[in-house]
Amino acid sequence: MAFEFTQENVARIEAETKKYPSKKSAVMKALYIGQEQNGWVSNEVIKAVADRLEITPEEALGVATFYTMYHKKPAGKYHLQVCTNVSCMLRGGYEIYDAIREKLGITNGEVTDDGVFSLEEVECMGACGGAPMMAVNEDFFENLTKEEALRILETKK
Amino acid sequence: MEKLILPDIPDLDKLDVYKKHGGFEAAKKALRMSPDDIIEEVKKSGLRGRGGAAFSAGLKWSFMPKTTDRPKYLCINGDESEPGSFKDRQIFEFNPFQMIEGALIASYAIGARTCYIYIRGEYYKWIKLVQKALDAAYEDGLLGEKMKKTFGTDFAVEMYLHVGAGAYICGEESSLMSSIEGKRGYPRVKPPFPAQAGLWGDPTTINNVETVANVPHIINRGAEWYSKIGAEKHPGTILFGVSGHVKKPGVYELPSGTLLTEIIHEHAGGVLGDKKIKAVIPGGSSMPPLRGDQLEGVRMDADSLKEAGSGIGTGGIMVMDEDTDLLKVLWRITHFYHHESCGQCTPCREGCGWMEKIFLRMLDGRGVKGDLDLLVSVANNIEGNTICALGEAAAWPVKFMIARFRDEFEKYVGEEIKLEPADKVHSMRKTETPIAPFALK
Repeated sequence: MAFEFTQENVARIEAETKKYPSKKSAVMKALYIGQEQNGWVSNEVIKAVADRLEITPEEALGVATFYTMYHKKPAGKYHLQVCTNVSCMLRGGYEIYDAIREKLGITNGEVTDDGVFSLEEVECMGACGGAPMMAVNEDFFENLTKEEALRILETKK
Repeated sequence: MEKLILPDIPDLDKLDVYKKHGGFEAAKKALRMSPDDIIEEVKKSGLRGRGGAAFSAGLKWSFMPKTTDRPKYLCINGDESEPGSFKDRQIFEFNPFQMIEGALIASYAIGARTCYIYIRGEYYKWIKLVQKALDAAYEDGLLGEKMKKTFGTDFAVEMYLHVGAGAYICGEESSLMSSIEGKRGYPRVKPPFPAQAGLWGDPTTINNVETVANVPHIINRGAEWYSKIGAEKHPGTILFGVSGHVKKPGVYELPSGTLLTEIIHEHAGGVLGDKKIKAVIPGGSSMPPLRGDQLEGVRMDADSLKEAGSGIGTGGIMVMDEDTDLLKVLWRITHFYHHESCGQCTPCREGCGWMEKIFLRMLDGRGVKGDLDLLVSVANNIEGNTICALGEAAAWPVKFMIARFRDEFEKYVGEEIKLEPADKVHSMRKTETPIAPFALK
């Protein structure tokens, strides 16, 4: 599937490169922008980022595979990130994670058949004071209970 | 007690409110001082880094070369990924301008014309808040070329946000620089230290968000005043993040040297269900845990905690009650380091995986005699044999938790080896893992 940055996103990447003495530094932001536009970081996105920043596709791919927040395959409309690290685990993070897995019938790294939800078991999100927590796309839900987490899923369709 | 970093002032995240409460007065004062005087003042204040190593901030600044034609850089480390730490995000949300002002002063002191604020990618909301604060500061002429006119000096610093993408290791300073350079976040061998060869090979200083947020107060009110707050050798207030089995988890700003028991029982409201404490990790998941009966009299500053057998780390206090299964906790911690190991150094990449497999086997009821010693041996072979401190961070919890809670773990290891004999000849082909899937109940 061909991929090309929109004019607006080209401008955003250009602006990002101005922050650094080397264009290459904008690769993380450019990958984010590509992910935002395309939904996930495909090989075509990697190629477009590399061309734009004058780096090799391998360099861009290396960055995309090192960091966990780049989706290397399509994610759901709502990407669920459930923390199960120690602080959340002590407060019931696994109960929430297991309840979501059961309800959606998917596990870590999978997408529901209708493409609405994808699930990821994540490491500490820096919300230990509000543990347990999950993030739905960019929104943090803290001090969760199992019931509350399932209710949140009901509201997302 | 006066709160220096997170004072109870509403709307302090608005620039006009921040300025009304004395904001950017310290920057004005600092820009009239010589950089050396600022470094000296910060050194005298005793300010120590809040990112984990508790290294003298003034001393770190003084390592920056004074006479060089090369550009110099300042990085503000807001990667905050240590499990149990959630303090920097409070600064991003409630007092971002104090961080910006501190970073401005630090840039001037070390001669950096460019400053990058590195924030972890998962902090979606806080990234936007900090960007908004930076935009407001630029708009008001407090940063960039316009600040020359505002402050009447010829010094100007550009301050940019660099957003991470979900790698714990990028909180390590050399890895953070690799990340800003647009590479995989691999830590680098030291020496050379960042002050000699940092970003793009140029002199660089990396400070934690909370560290620089302390600086405006030191400039405004003097090193002597600051050095009298809290513990003598580790002065100032510290943001303690309390999580786990407590009634009121949250971030509490208290003088350094506050009793750990006071933080847990008074500020954080005590243990859930008034149970007893089994273990406390006092400084984020990489610090050695303390037994519940070791907590009396332990003070929360770098030196006291070292004496007590742990470390201040990031000040993230994780409390575990008497019903906690420490094997599950230790497995989860090890799983984290296994997941976050960058993969450069064999001891860490492989060792963390081995330790995790042994923990899984123990959780599956197939622990064997000798497993505990084997774990400690693997941990010992990781510690000190890696490029960065993630090795220690992974090894310490294992070593110290087994040493201090051996009774907790012994019940998981049987006398005899219960492994099934292998039913096929060993081959390099991918075979099914011999470890049964394990589900946490």
